[in-house]
Amino acid sequence: MTLTARFLRLQRGGRTLLDGIDLALAPGELLCLLGPNGAGKSSLIRCLDGIWKPGGGTVEVDGHPLSRLPREALARAIAYVPQQGGETLGLSVAEMVTLGRAAHRHRESAAERRAIVRSVLARFSLEPFALRPFDALSGGERQRVLIARAVAQDARYMLLDEPTSALDLRHQIDALRQVRELVDASGIGALMAIHDLGAAARFADRIALMSEGRLVAVGDWRAVLTPDRLREVFGVAAHVGEVEGIPYILPAEVR
Amino acid sequence: MKVGRQAWLIGGTALLLIVLALFTTMQGVTRIGMGEVLRALVAPSSRGGLGEQDIAILTGLRLPRTLLAIIAGAALASAGVAMQGITRNPLVSPYTLGISPAASFGASIAILTLGDHGAVLVGAAFLSALLCAAIVLGLATLRGISGTVLVLAGVGLSYLFGALTATLQFVATEQQLAVIIHWAFGSVNGASWNAVLVAGSVLLATFPLLWGQAWALNAFAAGGDEVAASLGFRVMRVRVMVTLASVLMTAAIVSFAGVIGFVGLIAPHVGRLLIGGDHRLLLPFSALAGALLLLLADLAGRTLFAPVTVPVGIVVAYLGVPLFLHLLLGRRRRTA
Repeated sequence: MTLTARFLRLQRGGRTLLDGIDLALAPGELLCLLGPNGAGKSSLIRCLDGIWKPGGGTVEVDGHPLSRLPREALARAIAYVPQQGGETLGLSVAEMVTLGRAAHRHRESAAERRAIVRSVLARFSLEPFALRPFDALSGGERQRVLIARAVAQDARYMLLDEPTSALDLRHQIDALRQVRELVDASGIGALMAIHDLGAAARFADRIALMSEGRLVAVGDWRAVLTPDRLREVFGVAAHVGEVEGIPYILPAEVR
Repeated sequence: MKVGRQAWLIGGTALLLIVLALFTTMQGVTRIGMGEVLRALVAPSSRGGLGEQDIAILTGLRLPRTLLAIIAGAALASAGVAMQGITRNPLVSPYTLGISPAASFGASIAILTLGDHGAVLVGAAFLSALLCAAIVLGLATLRGISGTVLVLAGVGLSYLFGALTATLQFVATEQQLAVIIHWAFGSVNGASWNAVLVAGSVLLATFPLLWGQAWALNAFAAGGDEVAASLGFRVMRVRVMVTLASVLMTAAIVSFAGVIGFVGLIAPHVGRLLIGGDHRLLLPFSALAGALLLLLADLAGRTLFAPVTVPVGIVVAYLGVPLFLHLLLGRRRRTA
């Protein structure tokens, strides 16, 4: 029972974006996807969610090839938290979260749907915002809504594309803690692309490091984020260590 | 409670539309009382105590005119809501896709080559609009359909068809020119039952199609193609279906009423402001609002400067542009 990519290849516009990716995401784990800009993190997430069709290789969710799953069934298995951006044409917070039920809408009554949405709103302390336009919220609140929508989707796997990139320090930690608690409490498998190496090391069960469309290393952060590898992949010399059990990656100088 | 408020809004707007529709059928050079209009509508055989001439004015001129204005407003507004939703762009309207200018060009060419015959004109406008839609869709498909490409292709074609029409006007005789220009303004003047029947049928056939995609439109509005796909919608299928339905609606209206801009742009904004962004409510409400706006504009156009009738396409701009700017400024203030 995993979300599995096997020898995934992707080319777009003459460029190789993914080059033979093998990766498995298990339920109950938080896997952080790291790598420089353009390494292929977003591409991998889009392929894993069936938004982009890979040029080679397969993606399977719990043994079913994505290519043979109807779009709605796929949405019930995998939820996607996009990067923030763009207006939402006046949709309210409640309407945004309700969209998480889109793939379930033919299987539940409107009353059941309202009850689920209400409980998700409560779980993320979004009740006071329910009727507010999504566009009028702050970045941190918007991120909470997007995660809440994915939770309403009730999927076994969740893919998050840089959920912290638009947030200040405090809200970054809030968002990461929410994902961590979600994984621990409901046993979903979460794959999160993120730029903050230290935060990834702190919150993730495993780290997957990408560079130029390939997976460089996968595993415990201490094994993956070595100074040598950071120099090789990011071109930065860095000190790696822990203070009071909290990992840090301190970039020293550009090589 | 919010649901109650929304139900009141829709019901109230519908009621207002009905009252205004009855009122417009009374107005004109010959005044006919509301009681008489109602009686003639409810029991046609009694004729509401009206004479032959009044009945002829009522059924031959005013009823089809009122109905066409309602149908045109509702259709253009629905198409606008759908196109804005699917492109996730609040500045899009059927006009932006180039469909209205294309239809206008088709009509102009018909006037020039075949003369001003109703059926020919309509057919040419319809074909030209569909051709434009096919080109826009084709281009957008080639470049990997995205909202931006769709809009850019539409803007480009708008200019092209505008230039083509201008070129035709250059070579047209004075008589032909008068017809082309009148048509380009957009008017429900001289609406026929035939027009009401055809445009009405198109609206009745396509609106449920769009409404059936309300969830998908919400998903597109929430985050574009990728988010819609991840939420379980078949993006390409929805996009083609919604676009075709909107194009068909627009082409039908432009064919019979000429180029009426702005309703398709502003009605969705009014709708969002009053009832919110959920397309399940936004589509029907904007359709009602668009019908109301167009009916009001036509009433103003033919009564304010009577006996001169100002085409509804012009009045709509006078009414709509200040409203639109007001909405834009308000939006800016809220997001700032």
